[in-house]
Amino acid sequence: MAQVNYVAATRVYAKDVPPAVDALELEIKDGEFMVLVGPSGSGKTTALRMLAGLEPLDGGRIEIGEKDVTWVPPKDRDIAMVFQNYALYPNKTVAENMGFALKMQRVPRAERDRRVREAARLLNLDDTLLSRKPKALSGGQRQRVAMGRAIVREPRVFLMDEPLSNLDAKLRVQTRSQIAELQRRLGITTVYVTHDQVEAMTMGHRVAVLSNGKLQQVDTPRQLYDNPVNQFVAGFIGSPAMNLQTVPLADGGARLAGTVIPLPAPVRAAVGQAGLRELVLGIRPEHMHLADGNGELAGEVMLVEELGADALLHVRLAGEANQVVARTEGRTPPAPGQEVTFHVQPDDVFAFHPVTGARLAG
Amino acid sequence: MSAVPARARMPAPQRIREMSGKVGWGVVAWVVGLAFFLPVAWMVITAFKPESAAETWPPKFTFSPTLAEFRLVFSGWGPFVTHSAIATVGSTILVLLLGVPAAYALSVHPVKRWRDGLFFFISTKMLPIVAAIGPLYVIAVKAHLLDSIWLLIILYTAMNLPLAIWMIRSFMLEVPGELLEAARLDGAGRIREMTEVILPVISPGLVSTALICVIFAWNELFLALNLTITNAATLPMFLISSVPQEGLYIAHLSAAATVASVPVIIVGWIAQRSLVRGLAMGAIK
Repeated sequence: MAQVNYVAATRVYAKDVPPAVDALELEIKDGEFMVLVGPSGSGKTTALRMLAGLEPLDGGRIEIGEKDVTWVPPKDRDIAMVFQNYALYPNKTVAENMGFALKMQRVPRAERDRRVREAARLLNLDDTLLSRKPKALSGGQRQRVAMGRAIVREPRVFLMDEPLSNLDAKLRVQTRSQIAELQRRLGITTVYVTHDQVEAMTMGHRVAVLSNGKLQQVDTPRQLYDNPVNQFVAGFIGSPAMNLQTVPLADGGARLAGTVIPLPAPVRAAVGQAGLRELVLGIRPEHMHLADGNGELAGEVMLVEELGADALLHVRLAGEANQVVARTEGRTPPAPGQEVTFHVQPDDVFAFHPVTGARLAG
Repeated sequence: MSAVPARARMPAPQRIREMSGKVGWGVVAWVVGLAFFLPVAWMVITAFKPESAAETWPPKFTFSPTLAEFRLVFSGWGPFVTHSAIATVGSTILVLLLGVPAAYALSVHPVKRWRDGLFFFISTKMLPIVAAIGPLYVIAVKAHLLDSIWLLIILYTAMNLPLAIWMIRSFMLEVPGELLEAARLDGAGRIREMTEVILPVISPGLVSTALICVIFAWNELFLALNLTITNAATLPMFLISSVPQEGLYIAHLSAAATVASVPVIIVGWIAQRSLVRGLAMGAIK
């Protein structure tokens, strides 16, 4: 067990392109489940591979358990990794796959067998599967074997690189909770890379959001959702995504769809200080409350997506070009073409700098 | 009520076009196949003819088959087949032993200037072997290796190595990078990486590489003809030696050639699957 520290860790692939990982500062606590999330090209996988020792650092350092491992070879870092495509050795049986690292460490056969069986039991892998080759397994079983291979090593840190991306949707949701549960039980520090913000939110104790090689924000899922530090995090976390719209400022508020949405005092102060004439307004879909004709935002429903419990309304607000999405209860949603109005609580409105994207006060 | 929908049929003209296309390709395939097979068939048929019936014009199709020529072949081929087998097996083993590490250094962990290395290997195949036979002869004489089986093993190894390196390299490039990384994380060094991960994965490719080396070495004539006489003379030399200065020899030559082809055909037959798999492995990117 150990904490993990990225200290100004940097990785540059080529001279003329920005760093893949740019001076990453991240502290992962002992036993924590940390999710690195971001769109493709954000540097999340590179950051993980740097921790694994598969990618050299061009600057800064990485510590595992307060020991600088920047130049320690992967096998001596006491880590185990689950790869996206599992990377099971095709010619070895499941048991041999799981026990390979122990064999390399010259762990006696009896001890090896015991630990493989223990890991298999932990993962509900049938004993009969242990003698099979990976080819004869289903996708879900392969995934569990890959997990098992990591568990058998009893490492100080688990590294997982999008381990669920090759599973079908239903299995993915199941396995998601199993991994989170397992991690909680084993208490091993885990760094988990995904591009799926739902996975990030549901699994991580804390989530680090990356974009273009830079750490945007690291916090608990709740905090990320409620207090995004910038427009990128606000737009990335949450499904469906937050409605973001550049709007002109009016006295005491922002002008949207022919009405003025009042802004809280701190936001107004920040706007005044920066001398802005417009800003980016952010409203989460569930904060657009349908109001029976007396809401301040009016618009026409263009499309209704029924999700069962809720429905998503794609609405064109009066006088605006872009559509916004509103979440509403699913039983009696308005029909497409219907004119509706929404009520928005001023407290629920986010405001971002139109150029830098930084959150304005609040 | 459950109505089973009638199977949709293509419009007739389209069906005819598709059918005729299939038939057309079938015909082409058979013609090409027969064109390749005919001389071989003729060789095998001639091998069973008595010498007197072998060289008639027009060719005779009715004859009383005889094994006389085969008996003659088997009485004389002993040393030749032994030499061929030693040179073929020896050189192929050497090719694999040298080719695997060379290919590794040009693919999995490429050395500096690996492109130049790769090009150098194949460039040795661009020079016609005739151009090198003079120097080779001199070297063989000075090294006291003329008419020695060791010389053939060395030369066949050199001859097959470039192709083998290129083939094995392409197989190694197919090994998923994640697999090698997993092995590194699991604590496998270079040797374990090779023996536990790479070699098992590329084994079908290695088999097909070995087969091609076997075939090339087994059939090689030019070097054997110029650098050996008796102590290391190979099977192709035996074929040549069955052509006498005078008299009829077609049936005898056919029998010898048939016998010489059989091992290669058997090897190819047995390993057909892995040959196709191995060759396709490198081709698909």
